[in-house]
Amino acid sequence: MADFIQQLVEGLGAGAIYASLALALVLIYRFTGIVNFAQGEMAMFATFIAWQLVQAGVPFWLALGATLAIAFGGGMLIERVVIRPVEGAPELALVIVTLGLFILVNAAAGWIWSFLIKDFPSPFPGGALDAGGVHLSYSTLGVLGVVAVVMGLLYILFRYTKIGLAMRAVASNPASARLLGIRVSGVLALGWGLAALVGAVSGVLVAPVLFLEPTMMGGVLIYAFAAATLGGFDSPVGAVVGGLVVGIAETLAGAYVGVIGSDLKIGVPLAVIIGVLLFRPQGLFGRAAVERA
Amino acid sequence: MSAHAFLTVEDLHAGYGAGKVLHGIGFDVAEGEICAVLGPNGAGKTTLLRALCGMIRTEGVLRLDGVALPRRRPESVARMGVAHVPEGRGTFAPLSVAENLRLGAYTRRDRAAVAEDIERVYDYFPVLRERRAQAAGSLSGGEQQMVAIGRALMSRPRLILLDEPSLGLAPLVTRELFQIVRAVNERERTTVILVEQNAHLTLEFAHRAHVLETGRVVLSGAAADIRADAQVARAYLGIEG
Repeated sequence: MADFIQQLVEGLGAGAIYASLALALVLIYRFTGIVNFAQGEMAMFATFIAWQLVQAGVPFWLALGATLAIAFGGGMLIERVVIRPVEGAPELALVIVTLGLFILVNAAAGWIWSFLIKDFPSPFPGGALDAGGVHLSYSTLGVLGVVAVVMGLLYILFRYTKIGLAMRAVASNPASARLLGIRVSGVLALGWGLAALVGAVSGVLVAPVLFLEPTMMGGVLIYAFAAATLGGFDSPVGAVVGGLVVGIAETLAGAYVGVIGSDLKIGVPLAVIIGVLLFRPQGLFGRAAVERA
Repeated sequence: MSAHAFLTVEDLHAGYGAGKVLHGIGFDVAEGEICAVLGPNGAGKTTLLRALCGMIRTEGVLRLDGVALPRRRPESVARMGVAHVPEGRGTFAPLSVAENLRLGAYTRRDRAAVAEDIERVYDYFPVLRERRAQAAGSLSGGEQQMVAIGRALMSRPRLILLDEPSLGLAPLVTRELFQIVRAVNERERTTVILVEQNAHLTLEFAHRAHVLETGRVVLSGAAADIRADAQVARAYLGIEG
């Protein structure tokens, strides 16, 4: 039993990381209808910036703050420079643009920092909390805590601030929002900035586990896609729940299903994606496209 | 009257891409009046409102209180005090009724007055007070139209553009809605441009009316005169009687 709970907690820790990258995907999808394949690479790039700062002697948490600010600005910049010109283009064109962005960011990171694996410091102490035979490692608890804080701040932003309300209005009906005097293009840039920031959190949290290198986020992105799909792709709450479920499913399958083990774990998110699309395409929390006229 | 026109429209051309819809429209609207724009489907009524609020490319003169309206920037036109209640009501479906209303006041900074104005909107539309926490998309068509008009009022507009508020509503609901529009017009001195296909009812509530046909103004006059002139009513508006 203790072992099971142990696996559950590990799963939650992994799931929290998937959840934050899934949340970034969902944010951009809600605002612009774009599935951003480059989300993971943007997070990876931000993580390299954090690494560089730490290498330069900046204390970790200060480096994290600076990295998130840079990620935010970078996200807005990408919206302005790369996405704005193709706004309203057919879906396939947008997919190609974000795939191009994926390759560009990946190559840029490789060019600047090389493809050699780097050790990324964990911001959390090494030990573990012993709770009735269950080892709650500080790093897992820390990951859960950081992700919870980020989610809480986003919730406050969207629920209780004027700009958050405007962002939800733009996501729901941009033409109508413009008629109310809301500067939609500014809000879209803000959405990209926020998404880049939330994605960067996932990169920084996963780096100590996976080691830092330009292809680090490839696998995480697949888990995040599974999480977002499971949650419904247009629901932030769904992305978080989806991330946690995928994380737990992955860990439990790896631990208890002999055939899967740690090698075939990556199949879990793919199975989730296919299963959701087959049986409940709108996901757990997504709105099926039915509304009273 | 053109010396004191509140809204001036002169030789207005507009359309979508290569397709021209408005061919040189001109009329004035006086401050504080309800101005009806009537005409059959495809006459260019909705296009006229979209041109006014900067949603589409236009040629010609558009002036509000002597100031040229910005082109192709609806958010700037809105900030000049023009509130457009669009076709389809522009509802933010997943947001609550109260949030929809608060969005109407997005450009305002006076928090206390905004809170008062929300209460005022609830006084005009008591049913919205009951439904304030409900998702706006779950409301009936008439209630959503009330949300749309209430949202427009929240900006304390100088000019409200109403695009076919009667669309899809029962006649009784439409009448009630028009009565509220007139009450707003009288109490707040807000100028209203009311685009409608339902000519008979609209002429009852409007002060002046302009009839559009295929992108041109074919008739202008006091609403009461147009209504009284049976021949005109039959010829242009299909009203029997």
